[in-house]
Amino acid sequence: MDLSIALILLQDGIVNAAIYALLALALVLVFTVTRVIYVPIGEFVSFGALTLAALEAGRVPGTVWLLLIFGIAAAAVELWSLRQGGSGRRIVGCLLRNVVGPAIIAATVALLAPAKPGQLVQVLLALAVTAPLSLVLYDTVYRPLANATVLALLIVSVALHFALVGLGLIFFGAEGSRTAALSGASFTIGPVFVTGQSVAILALTAGLIVALYLFFDRTLVGKALRATAVNRLGARLVGISPLFSARLAFGLAGLIGALGGILVSPLTTIYYDTGFLIGLKGFVAAIIGGLVSYPIAAGAAILVGVLESYASFFASELKEVIVFMLIVPILLVRSYGTTVLEDEE
Amino acid sequence: MSLSASLLEVERLSVAYGRVEAVREISLSVPEGAIVTILGPNGAGKTTLLNALMGILPARGRVRFAGRDLAIRTIEGRVADGMSLVPEKRELFVSMTVEDNLRLGGFRRRGTAAFDETLHRMWRVFPRLAERRTQLAGTLSGGERQMLAMARALMSGPKLLMLDEPSLGLAPLIVREIFRIVAELRDAGVSILLVEQNARAALELADSGYVLENGEVVLQGPAVDLRGDERVVATYLGIRAAAGA
Repeated sequence: MDLSIALILLQDGIVNAAIYALLALALVLVFTVTRVIYVPIGEFVSFGALTLAALEAGRVPGTVWLLLIFGIAAAAVELWSLRQGGSGRRIVGCLLRNVVGPAIIAATVALLAPAKPGQLVQVLLALAVTAPLSLVLYDTVYRPLANATVLALLIVSVALHFALVGLGLIFFGAEGSRTAALSGASFTIGPVFVTGQSVAILALTAGLIVALYLFFDRTLVGKALRATAVNRLGARLVGISPLFSARLAFGLAGLIGALGGILVSPLTTIYYDTGFLIGLKGFVAAIIGGLVSYPIAAGAAILVGVLESYASFFASELKEVIVFMLIVPILLVRSYGTTVLEDEE
Repeated sequence: MSLSASLLEVERLSVAYGRVEAVREISLSVPEGAIVTILGPNGAGKTTLLNALMGILPARGRVRFAGRDLAIRTIEGRVADGMSLVPEKRELFVSMTVEDNLRLGGFRRRGTAAFDETLHRMWRVFPRLAERRTQLAGTLSGGERQMLAMARALMSGPKLLMLDEPSLGLAPLIVREIFRIVAELRDAGVSILLVEQNARAALELADSGYVLENGEVVLQGPAVDLRGDERVVATYLGIRAAAGA
C-alpha cells in the first residue's frame, strides 16, 4: 500500500463516517430523551434512499403507503386510549396529526411524482414522506410503552426493525436502487480523486451537526430536550411534556436517518435491508459515546468509518467483523469508572 | 382569614405503595392567597401527599384545583393549570446553567411578555442567582439550589406553589431568607402549601395548618390555634416554646 491508496481509503472512510456520525447522533438523541434504543433507524436510511429512487423513476414510493397505514394505526391506538373521557379537541387533533397530515403528504407526492420534478424537490419530498413515518411509529409502538424498562423498549425496537424490513421488502421489492449524485462535479487533490458527492455528504453532515448544536444550545425548545434527558421528572415539573420531547426526538431521528439514506445512495446500491448494517455502525459509534455523548459519538463515527475502510482493503471478507469487534475493548474500558445512565426506578 | 373560595380542595385522598397506605383519606383545602402548612414527623406521608397532588404518584380520592377535577390530569397538565411543586430533591437540571434552568421553568410561557417580566423579577428576588447566572446548577450550594428550585417553579407563574421542606439542610440565615421570600410571594397573590419540619417557622408564617401522623391528619386549624395547642407545642415546638407560651 502506498500513500495514494492510503489517502483514498482515508477519504472513503471519512465519507462513510459522516453517515455513521449522523445516525450515531440520532441514536444518542432518541436514547437520552426517551430511553429507546432506536434500532429501526437503519430502516430510515433504506426507506429514504428507496423513496428518492422511486421518485427519480417517476413512481409513487411505497413509503407513502407505510405512512398512511401507520398513521391510521397511530390514530387507532390513541383513540382507544381516549375511549373514556377524551375531549373533542383531542380526538380532532389526533385525527389531524395521524390521518389528515399523512394523507396530505401522500396526495402531494402522488400528484407530483409522475411529473418527475427537479432533484431538490424530489429530495424534499422523500424527506417529507420518510421522516414523519418515525412520528407515527412512535405514536403506534413506543408511546403506549412510555413507562416500560429500557430492556423492554429494546426488545420492541428489535421487533419493529424486523417488521419494517419485511414491510420494506413488500413495498419496495427485492431489487436495489442507486440514486443520482447530488453533485456531478469532481476534482483531484494531489493523488486523491474527490467527487462532488463526497463533498456534498461532508458539507451537509457538517451543516446538520452545526444546526443541531445551535438548536440544543441556543433555543429553549432544544434545551427542553436536553432537560428531559438530564432530569425527566424535573422536566415534567416545569411543564415540558415527555410526549412533546419524544415526538421531537423521534421526528428529528427520522429526518436524520432519511437524510443519511439520501446522501449515501449515490455511493452504494441500497436494498430494503441495507440500512440495518449502516445503522449498526452508527450504533457502534453511539455506544462508544456511552449513548449519551454527542461529541464522542461523532468522533467515534470517524474511527468506525476509517477502520472499516482500511479493513476492507486488508481483509475485505472480515471488515464487518473488525468493525463490530471494536465494541468489545471499548465496552471493557467504559465499564471501568465511567458514569452509567441508570435505568429509572 | 377571609372566606375566599378554596383554590385547592382535597377530599379523602389516599396513596398506597403496593399494599402499604402511606396517606389515608386526607382532606384539606388551600384558600386563595393563603399559606397552609403541613407538619409532621419523618415518614408521616407529607412528601407522598405533595407528590400525589402534583400527579407524580397515583392516588384515590378527589382533588379539585381552581374548580377543575384533576383525576386524569398529567403532571405537565397541572403545571399548565397553575400548580407548581418544588420537590424535596429539587430535581434541577444540574448540567445546565442557572439561567437555562430558570428559562425552562417558564417553558410553557416562552415568548410571552409575562415570561420576560417574571425572569426579571426572579433576578431581583434572588440576587444570588443573578450573580451565578452562567454557573452550572450542579455547582451551586444547598441554599442556592433551593432558591433556584423555587425561582424555577415560579417561572411558570403558578397560582399555587407547593414547597417540600424548603429549609431542609440549610443554614438558619438562608432559611430565614427563604421564609421571607415565601411571605412576599403570598403578598403577591400566590397561594402556598408548605411542608415543613421546622414547625416553629412554618406556624409563624402560615395562616392555617394540618398535622400529619402515620398518613392521617391528626390535628388541623388556624396557625394561631396550632401554636397554642399542647400537643403541637410538646411534639414540634419543644420546651422553649412551651415556656414562652
